[in-house]
Amino acid sequence: MHDTSRKEASVAAIEARGLSKHFGDVRAVDGIDLDVPRGMIFGILGPNGAGKTTLLRMLATLLPPDAGSAKVLGFDLKQSPHEIRGSIAMTGQFASLDEDLTGRENLILLARLWGFRGQAVKQRADDLLTAFDLADASAKQVKDYSGGMRRRLDIAASLVVTPGVLFLDEPTTGLDPMARKSVWRMIRSLSEAGVTILLTTQYLEEADQLAARIAVIDHGKKIAEGTSRELKAATGSGFLHLTLVDATRIEEAERLLEEITGSKVQRSSEGAALSLMVDTPQNANRGLAALIAANIELADFSMGAPSLDEVFFALTGHITENQPSPGEA
Amino acid sequence: MDNETATTSLIYADRPAQPSAVSNALVFGWRAVLKFKHVPEQLFDLVMTPIMFTLLFTFVFGGALSGSTAAYLQYFLPGILVQTVVFNSMYSGMGLSTDLGKGLFDRFRSLPIWSLSPFAGLMVGDILRHLIASLLILFIGILLGYRPEGGIIGVIEALLLLVVIGFGFGWIFLVLGLVMRTPSTVMTMAFTGIMPLVFASNIMVDPATMPGWLRVFVDVNPVSLMTTAMRGLMAGNATAAQLGAALIAPILLTITLAPLTLWLYRHK
Repeated sequence: MHDTSRKEASVAAIEARGLSKHFGDVRAVDGIDLDVPRGMIFGILGPNGAGKTTLLRMLATLLPPDAGSAKVLGFDLKQSPHEIRGSIAMTGQFASLDEDLTGRENLILLARLWGFRGQAVKQRADDLLTAFDLADASAKQVKDYSGGMRRRLDIAASLVVTPGVLFLDEPTTGLDPMARKSVWRMIRSLSEAGVTILLTTQYLEEADQLAARIAVIDHGKKIAEGTSRELKAATGSGFLHLTLVDATRIEEAERLLEEITGSKVQRSSEGAALSLMVDTPQNANRGLAALIAANIELADFSMGAPSLDEVFFALTGHITENQPSPGEA
Repeated sequence: MDNETATTSLIYADRPAQPSAVSNALVFGWRAVLKFKHVPEQLFDLVMTPIMFTLLFTFVFGGALSGSTAAYLQYFLPGILVQTVVFNSMYSGMGLSTDLGKGLFDRFRSLPIWSLSPFAGLMVGDILRHLIASLLILFIGILLGYRPEGGIIGVIEALLLLVVIGFGFGWIFLVLGLVMRTPSTVMTMAFTGIMPLVFASNIMVDPATMPGWLRVFVDVNPVSLMTTAMRGLMAGNATAAQLGAALIAPILLTITLAPLTLWLYRHK
């Protein structure tokens, strides 16, 4: 958990205390503390509506918090928002681009706003287009881009000047597996170059793959934080994964297993797969024996460390709403 | 993507010197000009209805209303310019609503730029739109036989007044653009509000034949006041009182709604 690539700088990238924001009666973010060291990819994991976007928008100075305080790269959110804006970049959940303009014009617009002049404007735009594999589409209007191209351009737009902290709000939501992998590669190479990245995701696999540390958020509260290994360990070492031959008997199996082992069973979103936390192999044995005695046939079973899916389930009591397409643990 | 090259070319830590507010505003103006290049269809939207109005009113009602189509066109054209500008002032509100919905303004707001510069860009777009639409309609009017007696100077003054009117009315739609969720709501609201203002005015007919209660409204309707001043300028006989009356609404709208727009923008 001690990130070796961390810079010597004594100031943390992000330091938040008790950040809160409510909309009417809804406590979108409810007293969140966050410490993100420099140079790290930090993941904020939670289902839809957990408050991830609101938290990010507050840290990116787009939304004033109702309570709490935060420092980004040492600058106070309330006192120095302009300084923060000078050293961060934010890529929102929906590609924040001008659809009528071409990809190149979008980047030129931002480069000029940052103060690039003359030849440097076009040079910077073209460098980014090349780096993000968009050189061929540079003269096309953004409305003709695919989802993956938009995402890449959107991230490129955040890098016109390399930010100290890059906020990425669900960077791969809605992308196909290929495009997702390419965005992941980009995020990793940015991190290797020393950019601190705070990303939100509802994909457990994404947090597992990218983030050195993960904060799990549900209903506006942080319910756990650690490395992916720590989170898995905190949930318990052993997980029993089962697949039934006959999907119609899944409820019977669920009831039996809960009775025998005393732990809550998580049903996968589709198919006849079940998983549950078991503290000892004996307990797992007893559960399996009970299923066999009840004549419930198993197509497959295995013992192993929990996936982040299961961690999330154990922490929140409900499964995430959107499962990642490629990541069946 | 090749990781090595990507990493090296991605990094650009030497931030250029911070540009001035004016420079930021000009960049947004450039964006507005690009929009004309990429979406030339919008010009069609801007002038189609007024051109149709001009043709229909002149040739269908003109003779009946003013004795001859030529006399009616002479009366109607300055008014249709006012109507066009008032209607077209909703476009920046719609654009703002689109940008907000797409999250584009989030990006602008997270940049270290003068926070009002995106609005300056909208204004540039507005002014261009008003000038282009007015010139096109004026051109068609002249083809049909309209003659501005105030000459070139009168026309230039009239165009300036139109830009001021568009600027003033634009604030209404910027506020709506910030408050409404979709651009089409902005448009619907605009039509509902503008229709009565435009029809219950002296744009199309002389209010002398209207019932007294309606004339009370028509005479103080800002659209009437602006139209009277426009007729004066284009005919070369505008009085200071007419001009003053025409400027009341744009000035009041700017004074009240500009601060509201900024407040909404900063607090949304």
